[in-house]
Parts: sequence; structure tokens; C-alpha cells
Amino acid sequence: MLEVKNLSKTYDGGVQALKNVSFNVKQGEFLAVIGLSGSGKSTLLRCINRLIEPTGGQIVWDGQDVTAASQDEMRHIRRKIGMVFQHFNLVSRSKVITNVLAGRLGYVNPMLSALNRFPKSDVAMALDQLDRVGIKNQAYKRADELSGGQQQRVGIARAMMQQPAMILADEPVASLDPVLAHSIMQYLEKINKEDGVTVLCSLHFLDLVHRYADRAIALNAGELKFDGSPADINDEKFREIYGKDAERVG
Amino acid sequence: MKKSSSFIKSLAVGLATFLVLVVFAYGFAVTNINFAETRSERRMASLTRILRALAHPKIFDYNFETVNVEVPFYLGCPEGGVEPPKVDRSGAFILVSAGCAEPKETIVVEGYNFQENSAGPINFIGFSADAPDGVPIQMGSFQADAQGNFRVEATIPNRQIKEDPQAIRAVGRVRVGAPMISQEAKVTWDKIVETVFMALLATTFGTLLAVPISFFAARNLMVEVKSPLSSIALSLIGWALGMGLGVAISRLLTHFQTAFFSSFLATLAGAIILPILGSLLARLTLFNQNKEMDLRFKSRLVNVLYSLFAAALILASILFLGKLLLQIGAYLTPNKDVPLYFLRKFVSQAGEIFTILAPVVAVLVFGGIVGGFFGQIGQTVSDKTSPASSKVFNLIVAPLAGAIAAVLILRGLDWFYQFNNPAVTLYWPAGIGAAIGLALALVVSSKQPLPIGFIIYGIFRTILNGTRSIEALVMAIVFVAWVGLGPFAGALALALHTVASNAKLYSEQVESILSGPLEAIQATGANRLQTIVFAVVPQIIPPYISYTMYRWDINVRMSTIIGFVGGGGIGFILQQNINLLNYRAASVNMLAIAIVVASMDYISSVLREKFV
Repeated sequence: MLEVKNLSKTYDGGVQALKNVSFNVKQGEFLAVIGLSGSGKSTLLRCINRLIEPTGGQIVWDGQDVTAASQDEMRHIRRKIGMVFQHFNLVSRSKVITNVLAGRLGYVNPMLSALNRFPKSDVAMALDQLDRVGIKNQAYKRADELSGGQQQRVGIARAMMQQPAMILADEPVASLDPVLAHSIMQYLEKINKEDGVTVLCSLHFLDLVHRYADRAIALNAGELKFDGSPADINDEKFREIYGKDAERVG
Repeated sequence: MKKSSSFIKSLAVGLATFLVLVVFAYGFAVTNINFAETRSERRMASLTRILRALAHPKIFDYNFETVNVEVPFYLGCPEGGVEPPKVDRSGAFILVSAGCAEPKETIVVEGYNFQENSAGPINFIGFSADAPDGVPIQMGSFQADAQGNFRVEATIPNRQIKEDPQAIRAVGRVRVGAPMISQEAKVTWDKIVETVFMALLATTFGTLLAVPISFFAARNLMVEVKSPLSSIALSLIGWALGMGLGVAISRLLTHFQTAFFSSFLATLAGAIILPILGSLLARLTLFNQNKEMDLRFKSRLVNVLYSLFAAALILASILFLGKLLLQIGAYLTPNKDVPLYFLRKFVSQAGEIFTILAPVVAVLVFGGIVGGFFGQIGQTVSDKTSPASSKVFNLIVAPLAGAIAAVLILRGLDWFYQFNNPAVTLYWPAGIGAAIGLALALVVSSKQPLPIGFIIYGIFRTILNGTRSIEALVMAIVFVAWVGLGPFAGALALALHTVASNAKLYSEQVESILSGPLEAIQATGANRLQTIVFAVVPQIIPPYISYTMYRWDINVRMSTIIGFVGGGGIGFILQQNINLLNYRAASVNMLAIAIVVASMDYISSVLREKFV
């Protein structure tokens, strides 16, 4: 369903963040992306919905060439790809419900939405999504009044408002404590298993990868070092991914 | 080694100190610092006079009861001396030490039976054929004691000796009744109200303009805007066409309106029907676009035509509303004496605002619609055709766009410099613009996105920085020439300065927003407008409010002195009072300024704390 072919990204400063990365993702898969900080995980995820313009290679999604899409087509494609961020990226001064409704922006009438008017069905859907992540009662609070775990649930609800076929999760639990991390990961798992949404999730902790992912790919300095089942990451592979001096923790 | 380095160090310090001294010595010389002058008796006297006057702001005034007492007096003693004048001692009277004196001679004047504590001048009254009632020249002043008596020395003025009797007059004045608010204080109140409202209007309208401009001057929003040459060139052509269309349509509508809809009822009908039609059509086109984005050319063209029609209807509604308000306003204000004149007057002023704004809105909206549509076509050409054919396309449209842009710019300059020469305003710019466009089309690879956003950002920043560097005081001079002396000119100057400085400050706030939410909203498939409304606006509201308050505060301070150049407000009378040496009145003005500025300072800081 998602094909990434020889993807490369060189930033303006000359830093090569991705070097000829190729992999495929099947419909309904839970794919973990692992690697050190700065190995290119975030760049990879952002290239897929072209928040960052790749400098080489091709991305095909659902038979559509993402890298060649025009701006309007790109917006069309982005609607079907939800995104969840490490720092939640909520608009902190807006209400929770407004943040969630923002997930519908690609679908609704641009003029009306600019006046903050959404169809009733969308508002009901937003409340449903908030209910699903267990914070319906917080819907009319300001986003920055919520705790970190709650904010990430708002982030998931926002992504789900897009009725996505795929979710890109950029280290969704890196700024949360371990207990909250599991609860957020369980939401993603639920979305993956129940709704059949493909999930691409970059993660730091290998135990989370083992626990949730069907498959893992690993990046080191922009190069693909591993592509397979999480169970296949042995000590040798581990050192290849994380460097010679790395030690397993947790 | 160490010793020598420390020696060099102290030498350097010594040299630096010496240099600083030289700089300051030069500064003293060029600023004409003169300590001897500050100690001179004459200067001290005038300093004392002014400071004492300033310390007595003339806020209150009193009614006075006046007693004039006069004795005849000869300037230049006649031969044989003068008879001592008969004095009526029943009321207040004065005695002069001599009945005659030479010019510049000092005499003693004694007064009796004046009202206690009365005070006033002692005048020499010179009679002549030209002034049979006498011309008073003040010789001195007196202050009667508790018994109503006084004794002062006075010097006879240096006047021509006359044979006819002149007179010495004492004018005793005593306060009666309660203190009243002085005329100066009343004028000050009027002017300070004018000042505050001048600042308020300037801040409001300046801010309204500054907010949209600030988005164009924000680097983080603009650098992302990149388009291929075909899109830029076509949208430039589109903007030119659309703006021309806007001018034509607004002219046509105005003409149509004046020709057929002069009566009140017709205007009323137009002002009701047109907005309804316009909003219905807008609902049909803008608000009810088929939910799935239709990217086909034909449906886009239909949409653009609908939008243009809706825009024309809305423009017509604005014109009709403006005319309606003007007519109502004219009916409401038959003369200046009707109650609440200013409210009634505002109706027609609002109408006038609509009428003035309509063509501007038309030019921008039509330009935007057509330019946007053309830009989309250009984008599609670059997206969908082969590099070679889009290169050919570029080679055609880029020179055309360059020529149009250059001619329009030169047309603008023509107004300033009056070339009156088609070679300068038409042929040369068209040729040079086309050449630049052609060169660009040849050099740039046909599908490469160009940083047009960054260029627009640069243009806006440059204009803002240029405008900002001109003080409102200087701008006021131009506006005074345009709209005449008074607060209107001052308000316009302050408003323009507010646009420039606030747009800069605002855009810096936009640049400092968090990029995370921006990225998240973009990832949902939102377009540019939606991204700004949902990710940018919530983040910038608090700093915008804060800066607006701050600007109001600054504008109040500025408006207190903008009157110095004729911009109205309290500065106008302050300058007058200073020029007339009326320091006690000037003191009232300054006191009012101090109170208003301090309270504005306080209010704005309290409000800012509340909002942020």
C-alpha cells in the first residue's frame, strides 16, 4: 500500500538525513521505525506526507505518486494520512474540541471553517473520538489545561477525525512516562487492530517495539539497516543499528 | 614578559580614557555648553520667572472687584511748580510724593483706604490727541496691607515731556466669590479629549491595516510560499487584469447608481436586495463547493466566474449601503444645532467610508480572484506538462508578465515625476520588463519552484522599514497640507505610523510562534487560509492585543506633541501658549498631558496583564 523507493533527503545545510531508503508497508500493518536520535526517523515520516520535501526517490501511496503530486493533490492525500507528534502539537490556546475538529479541515468547506463553523455531524464525530480516548468531559477546556497524556490523546483524536487510512506517529510517547506511554500505545494498537488503520510509528524503546509492532525498520545515519520482525533484532543487529558501544536497557 | 604585557595593558587603558575625554570635549564644544551663561543674572531671572509661572498652573480663575484711583501728574515740571492736587479722602485715594517729575525719576506712591489685601498695577497714564482716554504704562505694582494702605516706589517712564497734565493711576483689585475653572483649563480639557480620541482612532484604524500586512511581512509564513515561474507570471498577469476589471466595474457601478438610483426608496431597495443576492450567491459558490475537491479546469473556471459575479454583487451592496447611509445622514443632520449632532453626522461619515473603501476593495478582491485563478492555471501547466512544453509556456508568459509589471510600476512613478513621455512610461519599461522575464524564463528550469514568498516578504519589510523610519511628526506635515490644520491630519499621520510600526512588531510575533501546531494543521490537509486561522491566529492573539494597547499608549504620547506641526490636539495650544509666553496656561496643558499619559500608562499595563 505504501512504497518508498530510494528516498533521499539532503537539507539546505548539506546534511544528508536520508540515503536511498526503500521499504514497503502493507495495508493494516503496525510498522515501528527505530534508530538513534538524528538517524532520520522524523525526516522519513515527514517525507511521506511531504511536510518535508524529499530531494530524491519516490513515494507511492495507494497507487498515487506522492512525490509528484501538485499542492492541491497533496492536500487531498494528506487528508487520509493522520499524524501524531512527540510534542502533541496542539494549539494550546484553543479548546480541545477545536483542536480535534481541526482534523476535519481537509474535508470541510474552507470558507466556513475559516469562520470556525463545522457541520453538526463533524462536531458529534469529534465528541465520539474524544469519548473513545476517554476525555469527552474535557472537550471544552483549553488544550493547555490538560496533562501530557491527555494532550496526546487529543492528538490521536485529531488524527482519527481525518478518517485516515494510515497514521504517522512521530515518537508519540517519547515525552510521556512509561505508564502513560503504554496507554497511548494501546490506543494506537486499538486503532490499528479494530479500524484496520496502517500505523507507522517511530519509537525509542525496544520493549515497546517488541510489544506492539508487527514489523520494524531501523535507520542509522539515514541508511536503512534493518527490515524485519522485531524478534529478529539480535545483539549483532542491535549494535549495527545503535552503534558499537550501545548497550541494551530495559 | 608578564610585566611588559601589563604595561601595554595599562597604556591601552590610558589611551582609551584619553580618547573618551577627547570625544566628550568635542561634544561639549559642538553642543555649545556654556556654564557662565547659566549663572548670569539675566538668565537666572528668566529661569525663575518661567519656573514660577509653570509652578502656578492657571487652573482656577476668580472674579475681581476693581477700584481705579487717579491723580493728575505733570511729566516735566512746569515753571512755577504745580499745585498739590485736591484729594477726595472719602474713599480709596493715593498720594504722590511730587505733583510733577522728570522722565526716569523715582517717586513714591502711597495709597490709603483700599480694600484689604487688594493688589494691582500702578500705571502712568499718558494722554494725547491720539489717545484722549489715555494710554496706561505700568510703573510698578502694589499689594495693600490688612488696613488697605500701601507705599511703593515707582519710576516714571521715559516719555516725551508734555505741558498738559497726565495722570498716575492705581488699580486695586480684590478677588470676590468662589474660584472658577479658568478659560485655559476649559480649553485644555477640550483639547485633551481631542488628543485621546485622536490616538484612539489612529490606533484602531492603523491596527486594522497592520494585521493583514503583518502576515506578509512574517518570514516563517512567507518562505514556504514557492511557485514555478509559470504560476508566478500568470498570476501577475491575472492580478493586473483583475485589478483593471475591479476599477472598471466599480466605475460602472457608481455610474449606474448615480444614473438610475438617486431616490431614497430606490437606494433602500438596492441596499436590501443586493446584499441578500450577493450572500446567496456567495453561499452557492464559496460556501457550498462540492465537498470533494474538484480539481478540474472547467469546474474551476465556473467557480471563478461565480466568484467574480458574487464579488460584483457585494461591491454593489457596499456602494448602495454607503449611499443609503449618506442619504439617511443628510436627512438626520439638517443643521448643526440638532441634538446629538455628532451621532447623526457619524451615519453619513460611515456612508462615506463605505463609498471610499468600495473601489479599493474591488481592486483587491477582483485582483485576488483573477490572479489566484491564473496562478492555479500556471501551477497546473507546470505540474502536468512536460518540462519542454512548460519551458515554451514560460518563454511566452514571463516576458508578458515582466512587461506588464514594469509598465505598471513606471505608471506609478510617472505620477510623481511627470515624465509625460511614452518612451519612459511605456516602451522602455515594457522592453526591459520583457527582457527580464525572458532572461528568467531561459535561466530558471521550468518546474523549479521560485521563492516568490520570500521576495514578497522582502518587499513588504523594506516598505515597512522605510515608512517606520519617518516619524509621525514628519508625516503630519504632509497630511496637514492635504486635509488642513487640525486633529484629522494628526490622526492620519499617527495611523500611518501605527500601520508601519505595528505591522513590523506583529510580524515578529508571527515569526516567533511555535511551528509544531502549524505542522500539525498542515498535516490534516488544511489549505493556507485554514492553517493561518487554526494554527497561527490563536497563537498571536495575546501578543497582538498587548502590542495594540502599547501602541495606543505611545500614540497618546505622540498626539500630545503632534499639534506642534499643526496636527491638532493639546500640542497645538501648548505651542501657542509657549510662543505667547503664557507660561501659566502652558503649565495647565503640561499638567493635563502628564495626567493623561500616566493614566494611559497605568490602564494599558493593567489591561495588558489581563489579556496576556
